[in-house]
Amino acid sequence: MQRILKYIDLPILIVFGFIFILWLAAVALDASFFSVGYLLQQLQTASFLGIIASGAMLVILLGHIDLSIPWVVTVGGMMATAAAGWWGDAGAVIALPFAMLCGLIFGIVNGLGVAYLRIPSMIFTLGVNAVAQGLMVLHTGGFAPQDHTTELMHWLAVKRSLWDIPNVLIVWLFVGAVIVFMLRRTPLGRYIYAVGNRESATYLSGVSTRGVLITCFALCSTLAALAGVLLAGYSTKAYQAMGDPYLLPAIAAVVLGGTNILGGRGKYLGTVGGVILITLLQSILSVMQMEEAYRQVIYGVVIIGMLLVYGRSAKVQS
Amino acid sequence: MRSLKLWAAANNAYFLGVGLCLLAFAVYFGLPPIGALLSAMMDGLNALFPADLPLFTYSPLPFTPNVLNTAAPKAVLLALVAMAQTLPVLTRGLDLSVGAIFVMTNCIASVVISGTPVDLAIGVLIVLFCGTLAGLLNGLVVVFGRLQPIIVTLATGAIYLGIALGIRPIPGGGVDKELSSFMTGLLWGQVPMVLVLLLFVVLFIWIPFRRSVIGRGCYATGSAEGAAFLSGVEIANSKLAAYALSGLFCAIAGLVQTFYTQSGEASPPSAGFYTLNSIAAVVIGGTSLFGGFGSAIGSIFGAFSLRTIVDWLFVFELPPLWQPLFNGIILLLAVCLGAARVFRVRNRLELFT
Repeated sequence: MQRILKYIDLPILIVFGFIFILWLAAVALDASFFSVGYLLQQLQTASFLGIIASGAMLVILLGHIDLSIPWVVTVGGMMATAAAGWWGDAGAVIALPFAMLCGLIFGIVNGLGVAYLRIPSMIFTLGVNAVAQGLMVLHTGGFAPQDHTTELMHWLAVKRSLWDIPNVLIVWLFVGAVIVFMLRRTPLGRYIYAVGNRESATYLSGVSTRGVLITCFALCSTLAALAGVLLAGYSTKAYQAMGDPYLLPAIAAVVLGGTNILGGRGKYLGTVGGVILITLLQSILSVMQMEEAYRQVIYGVVIIGMLLVYGRSAKVQS
Repeated sequence: MRSLKLWAAANNAYFLGVGLCLLAFAVYFGLPPIGALLSAMMDGLNALFPADLPLFTYSPLPFTPNVLNTAAPKAVLLALVAMAQTLPVLTRGLDLSVGAIFVMTNCIASVVISGTPVDLAIGVLIVLFCGTLAGLLNGLVVVFGRLQPIIVTLATGAIYLGIALGIRPIPGGGVDKELSSFMTGLLWGQVPMVLVLLLFVVLFIWIPFRRSVIGRGCYATGSAEGAAFLSGVEIANSKLAAYALSGLFCAIAGLVQTFYTQSGEASPPSAGFYTLNSIAAVVIGGTSLFGGFGSAIGSIFGAFSLRTIVDWLFVFELPPLWQPLFNGIILLLAVCLGAARVFRVRNRLELFT
């Protein structure tokens, strides 16, 4: 019990408090939201963002950032549907692993650029994002791509097989459990926090910091590709720029959850809270039929407002 | 000789951007000796791989005022946004809202700039004021909210895009015809007006700022905030000025965009494109993402080279479908040039700074 209490810190409390308030607001708008069904529905929508944010969190914990997420998500979706088209029945089986492998390759390229070439991640992943975009434009434009999803992808993204729990939520729970285990119970997890705090000290302690960097970038891109596959399953096809609306919410969710954008500090539960918070906020704004313009403004104001409450850094004095 | 060496050592970060820019122009316009060399190379390749139609073509554009005037606006727009990005980066921050401010001022300009000359002047001032205000707001939240610039500007970027959408839910609007044809034309039939405007911005805004106490404060804040504070540098004012000026540069870019498109469009992809490419231009232009070193003039070279190299596609007559990939590979390669320092480092610990 004490261990659990120690795990919960101020940002996590505030985020979950805010989620509760938002939910009450939603119930005030429409009483039918006071149900488990609505919450499960929201969690299903949140799962896609949650999987992406899990990967983004690993990279942010290192003090880096991955801006290649949007097009790696698209790569995931497009490669999965393409594999199904290229290789027929066999393709349908390997669509998911193949797409994740493609994501992994982009992640390793990101990691190599950051770890070996020492190029700031913000700019290197930006370049990789542009290359991924170019490849996908070529892929769809050169010949007519197969853009239908496989049974498995549809089943994972839309169906509910265990009681009433959406399958995609179970995927997210699984990803989350693996990441929590990795961060808290394995040496790699300790190294990730250590690199985020001070990379030179970690290096001097004999840790292969390059390996840690590459692993995290690879995981981030693999998860982004997985989310892409699921998104393609959800909307029954993969399309250009399908990942674009996920980059900023993913980073915002991680930071709202109390992870330090400079790295070294952060808890997975906070990221979960951030993801649910953002999904709920988006849902309520769309239920209110608010115009896109106001939605954007409110979205920005809420992020800044929440961070002002608990995300402030120390005053510069020396 | 010794002073020359010292000068070169102090400024070697800028050589990459300037060199890349010169190379980009040389290929684009087929300037000697690069143009002749490439022509010969293409002839050689065609001789090696014979086909009915020549596989490899190279047709550089003539260096005339009109060609320059069609190529200049895109480059100048990115250059202005890159200059805007330079200032926060110098203070060891980052501004992810430059594209959004650019789009927002474009939308505002498409509403307010019409009527009598006095109205026009007021309209231009309103646009510049709104841009500066948006930048200042970023600065206020960063300085007094003590939040990380990257996440603050991520959020304010959403706000500014929202405002842009509120002003122009669908593309439209207009701008005074005479003013826009003057701004998009050629000065004395020779020099594109936008290039003159850029020079004007550098001479009358950037250089005075760079030489002012507050401008130096930005560099000091970026290189060591604590030390700057202890030395009595006004770090709060420096940062506020950097973000506000950044907003002003974006507003100038928004104005130029309005003069060219004659309308306002709240386009999120356009905002994203300019924000991300401005970071690339800043880095290619020699400014350190870790703050404290760099110059907006370097960013201009970075922006020009990025924009011109992408247009190589037309010079080599590659299919347009390849453009995004070509764009991406150029961007990635240009960024990788910055990895040269890895091979110069003597002590591996220096890599971690």
